[in-house]
Amino acid sequence: MIVEIGHFAVVAALVVALALGVVGHVSAVNGTWRSLAATLASCQLLLLACGFAVLVRAFFVSDFSVAYVAENSNILLPWYYRVSATWGAHEGSFLLWTLIMAVWTWAVSLGCSRLPDEIFGRVLGTMGLLNFGFVLFLLATSSPFERLLPGVPAEGADLNPLLQDFGLIVHPPLLYTGYVGFAVAFSFAIAALVSGRLDAAWARWSRPWTNVAWAFLTVGIALGSWWAYYELGWGGWWFWDPVENASFMPWLAGTALLHSLAVTEKRGAFKSWTALLAIAAFSLSLLGAFIVRSGVLTSVHAFAVDPERGLFVLALLALAVGGALTVYALRAPTITSRARYGGFSRELLLLVNNAILVVALAFVLHGTLYPLAHEAITGGEKTSVGAPYFNRGFVPLMCVLACFLALAPVARWKRTPLAILGNAGLMCAAALCLGLALPLVLGGAFKLGAAVAVALGLWIMFVHGADMWRRRDSATRGYLGMTLAHVGFAVSLIGIGATSEFSREVDARMAVGDSVSLNGVTYRFAALRRIEGPNYIAEQAEFITDGGVHLYPEKRRYPVREQVMTEAGIAAGFVRDLYIALGSPLPDGSWGVRIQDKPMVRWIWLGALMMAFGGVLAVMDPRYRRLNARARSRRERQNAGGLAAAGGARGYPPPAK
Amino acid sequence: MNTQRRNRLVATVFLLGGTAITAALVLTALEENVNLFYPPERVVNGDAPTGVTIRAGGMVVCGSVAHDASGLGVSFVLTDYQGSDFMVRHVGILPDLFREGQGILVTGQLDSGRVFRASEVLAKHDENYMPPEMAGIGIEAEACDPPDSTEPAFAS
Repeated sequence: MIVEIGHFAVVAALVVALALGVVGHVSAVNGTWRSLAATLASCQLLLLACGFAVLVRAFFVSDFSVAYVAENSNILLPWYYRVSATWGAHEGSFLLWTLIMAVWTWAVSLGCSRLPDEIFGRVLGTMGLLNFGFVLFLLATSSPFERLLPGVPAEGADLNPLLQDFGLIVHPPLLYTGYVGFAVAFSFAIAALVSGRLDAAWARWSRPWTNVAWAFLTVGIALGSWWAYYELGWGGWWFWDPVENASFMPWLAGTALLHSLAVTEKRGAFKSWTALLAIAAFSLSLLGAFIVRSGVLTSVHAFAVDPERGLFVLALLALAVGGALTVYALRAPTITSRARYGGFSRELLLLVNNAILVVALAFVLHGTLYPLAHEAITGGEKTSVGAPYFNRGFVPLMCVLACFLALAPVARWKRTPLAILGNAGLMCAAALCLGLALPLVLGGAFKLGAAVAVALGLWIMFVHGADMWRRRDSATRGYLGMTLAHVGFAVSLIGIGATSEFSREVDARMAVGDSVSLNGVTYRFAALRRIEGPNYIAEQAEFITDGGVHLYPEKRRYPVREQVMTEAGIAAGFVRDLYIALGSPLPDGSWGVRIQDKPMVRWIWLGALMMAFGGVLAVMDPRYRRLNARARSRRERQNAGGLAAAGGARGYPPPAK
Repeated sequence: MNTQRRNRLVATVFLLGGTAITAALVLTALEENVNLFYPPERVVNGDAPTGVTIRAGGMVVCGSVAHDASGLGVSFVLTDYQGSDFMVRHVGILPDLFREGQGILVTGQLDSGRVFRASEVLAKHDENYMPPEMAGIGIEAEACDPPDSTEPAFAS
């Protein structure tokens, strides 16, 4: 019965989302339904939260009469994995997606309560319509509330052991919060285009939302990478798998959007380009959902394949993107920009940033969709695009990006006095020397990739550090956020360079008592024992290095699914990770063992966390709160009939009609 | 030339430059890194080239997995259950879900003796997995008779 209540709540949420879509857009015109739209946003959240809570409860109490629970849970599963199993497969994870969409909508209805009716209504209305599409998709093709009656299974098919992990508890919710968060930027762009208010104020309103969504996506991607690193047992942290690319493409577009929004807010330039990027970022999120949930591309971790779902998502994608681009095509030509900037200016640097990011995005998109296009053209010939393809194009592009990024803090709006650049040049030279020397000292060999990465990373750090010192008394949170994010990029860059160039690995056949040396460390296979987990049996090996580090890789067998899983033994460190994974046991009782030495691999995720934190820090800048206050007073005047007088107030040019 | 025109010119130059760079990168990178997939039938009948990196797939024949007496070398036979079988040779560690009777993908090269030298062996994280490439061939995973002599450690 409770399950039916949850199902009913989601059906009600479908109706409410549609109502929000209509009411929102109407309130943009008449202004009186404004509070109704806000109420509907709260209702939508309440109903979807109710539906989601019901599903979580069904997992928690192991209600196997629900087909989705029976397929993805088991009575032996510990309670925290039973709860996280809710979003362990397609249906539940999409319910989570709609819930997060409702949370964002509600947050906008609260946080933007002071915006003009026109923008407020259209943003909420657009988000309502989007979530109407999502909930419809959920109910029509992938309801998690279907019952298995009669014939309730006694114990359930279990959650895929790969997903029984801390990474899965946190990775999808964070990632979806990022994906869906771009819907806010998207809706703001639509609202601004429709109402003809594509101006600096619009950029300022949508910037904090975009930052937060981007920060969540950054952490989500980093967590996914970390999870793949320790859970898949290969020690790789990025595979250019279509599903990874699906999350990375919105990130690239979102990163470009952040920077373009800065120009639009501060200088009133790049307006229509910014709107286009906002549309692109969310469209790519939808494309990612399509790739992951339709199974059209070969991926190691796609969801179960169902063509009907793929078709539905494709239709949603076409509607959202088609609609948005139509609005864009109708409105964009009316937008004019009067901003001027000179040869070497911050505007120009940010333009270069956008150009490089978009080129990188196009490159990744092409490689991801190439197998589809190839199959369609050749009539069924299957191909795959390997990681070397992506590295070939992406790595040089990021190096160029890093060069321009290093100049970011010294560049000024409009025109930069060339004298300022002298210091940056000096630091470049210093970084170059260190970049050439450090890898030699640390890694013992010259590797071009590592030298370039270290030099670029250090250069970025030097320039940002020096600039921060110069502005130590006047630094705003926005500035600190930017600095932190840029230094985070440098940290990731150095980590990637060092890991890629100096990682060592050896595959060996080892029995208890054997030793293997790698990169100056000797690993002794000291013992092998059998241990029992809550729902698995494992062979646990103990390796001891000559430095006294103990590692405990495991081979687990989950009897419910008869599935075998590698649990890597990792000695994590700031400078290097030691990593051991057990392969398969061999007929004579020895084991295939893969030992890896991965220098500075943690820097990759540390840098990503710094970037995300920087993004959030920038949102805390007081100017966004001042903005809210100003918008409120403006709205009060507007409501009192002072529209014409307020039209030319600072920061709010009259709508370009 | 006024500022607006110049800005437009700069933007256009960037756009064109970006497009050109993308196109150049894509073309050079694609040439070497696209791996065509060959089903067992085309590996056996000689369609698949030797000495070029390709992908192939098939079901692991029950009882065909043979580990070397020392080292990490292993060989096994992939089949489509329709008469096309070929031998795969791999040195290294097999993925967790590599099992006899399951569908797997291999990346590597055919040597002159038409043995597939796999540099990479892929199995998906799901026991009901069928590589999408093979879905069209119309074969299904089958269960081999356990316990299997090649995997003694987990006989429960």
